[in-house]
Amino acid sequence: MSLISRELACVRGHRTLFEKLDFTLAPGYVLLVEGDNGSGKTSLLKMLAGLRAPDHGDILWNGTSIRTLGADYRSQLLWLGHANGLKEDLTAAENLRIAQALHARTDRKINQVLEMVRLRGYKHTRPRLFSAGMKRRLALARLLLQQAPLWILDEPQASLDVTGIAMLESFVHQHLADGGMAVMTSHHSVSLDDECLVRLRLTP
Amino acid sequence: MPTMNTFIALLKRDLLIAYRNRSEVLNPLMFFVLVTMLFPLGIGPSPNLLQNIAPGVVWVAALLSALLSLDSLFRSDYDDGSLEQLVLSPRPLAIIVVARVLAHWVMSALPLLLLSPIMATALNLPVKALGTLLATLVLGTPVLSFIGAIGVALTLGLKRSGMLLALLVIPLYIPILIFGAGAVDIAAAGLPVTGQIYILAALLILSATLAPMAIAAALKMSVSQ
Repeated sequence: MSLISRELACVRGHRTLFEKLDFTLAPGYVLLVEGDNGSGKTSLLKMLAGLRAPDHGDILWNGTSIRTLGADYRSQLLWLGHANGLKEDLTAAENLRIAQALHARTDRKINQVLEMVRLRGYKHTRPRLFSAGMKRRLALARLLLQQAPLWILDEPQASLDVTGIAMLESFVHQHLADGGMAVMTSHHSVSLDDECLVRLRLTP
Repeated sequence: MPTMNTFIALLKRDLLIAYRNRSEVLNPLMFFVLVTMLFPLGIGPSPNLLQNIAPGVVWVAALLSALLSLDSLFRSDYDDGSLEQLVLSPRPLAIIVVARVLAHWVMSALPLLLLSPIMATALNLPVKALGTLLATLVLGTPVLSFIGAIGVALTLGLKRSGMLLALLVIPLYIPILIFGAGAVDIAAAGLPVTGQIYILAALLILSATLAPMAIAAALKMSVSQ
């Protein structure tokens, strides 16, 4: 299992954000994408998720281009974007049920996952009433609901408090220990083990 | 059938959200009633005149209320990030989109269908034409939803897309208006309307099969920004 980027380039307007980007990500590793605002971190993540077509180069999953794989690739990845992707009018449990329906490779029960992000008591509460950090935790719960080898997380630490960040890091560690891999961006320092961290710095 | 399960789950989701926002769902309906009521006030309550314009008025009001309700179609999904989750689902996006459009139709057009005979009678449309009115609305309003969804999906990335959306979508609504209102007009005169009904049915099949792919492609474009 591997995620390979080959001579990837991103152009927005007339500006080249990055080009000739090569990396290989293997199970057990996190690719930490660093860079200033506007350096193309989110664009890179969208490309890796297949939401955005690369302006040049290709992304390979197990040696095949993700464009050819299509749905087979999408079933291998879980995405957490800038926005949480939660419906404010649905309760926490209903939100997770939708996530289950969209992926359908469920391994854990909703109660179990809510327990893991410490929102068990809010099962029937709508995220409308949640704080920003609680919403983020509910979004993280979606990652735990199903088994997918590749996690793509855009600023997962955003609006999380210290315990929330520790929670996230333990989830990522467990995911790597289970043979998964992850790509994430972050503004904050990340206290993940250095041996499983691959840093990628985007410079204009 | 995992795709079917996803379809049903999404349909339920949308109807549940709509149920929890009942007042928003009622707005297009109120709009329909008010616009229809404006005509007798504006041009006078002469029964003959009203009878002549009734098919057109009901259809134009239905069309405008469909246009008004479009904004709720993908906008909130786009803003809260659920659209990314939909696009990244391994299930075919075109099927997911049909669930969305179907839910939207149930919320926006179905109540309007139920009200339309009352509004048409208020405009003095002969009772013998009511069946045709319902038939044309049943066939025509889903087409409005499908075509409108393409427009919404294309303009999601824009901040204030309301006017542009109307300009994009209204020209495509014209054939449905012509055949829909035309059929009711002919039925009111007591003539057979099979031709118009067949054309509306053909438009429905065409849009139900082709529009989902166009909507899916436009949504993918919108989330890539």
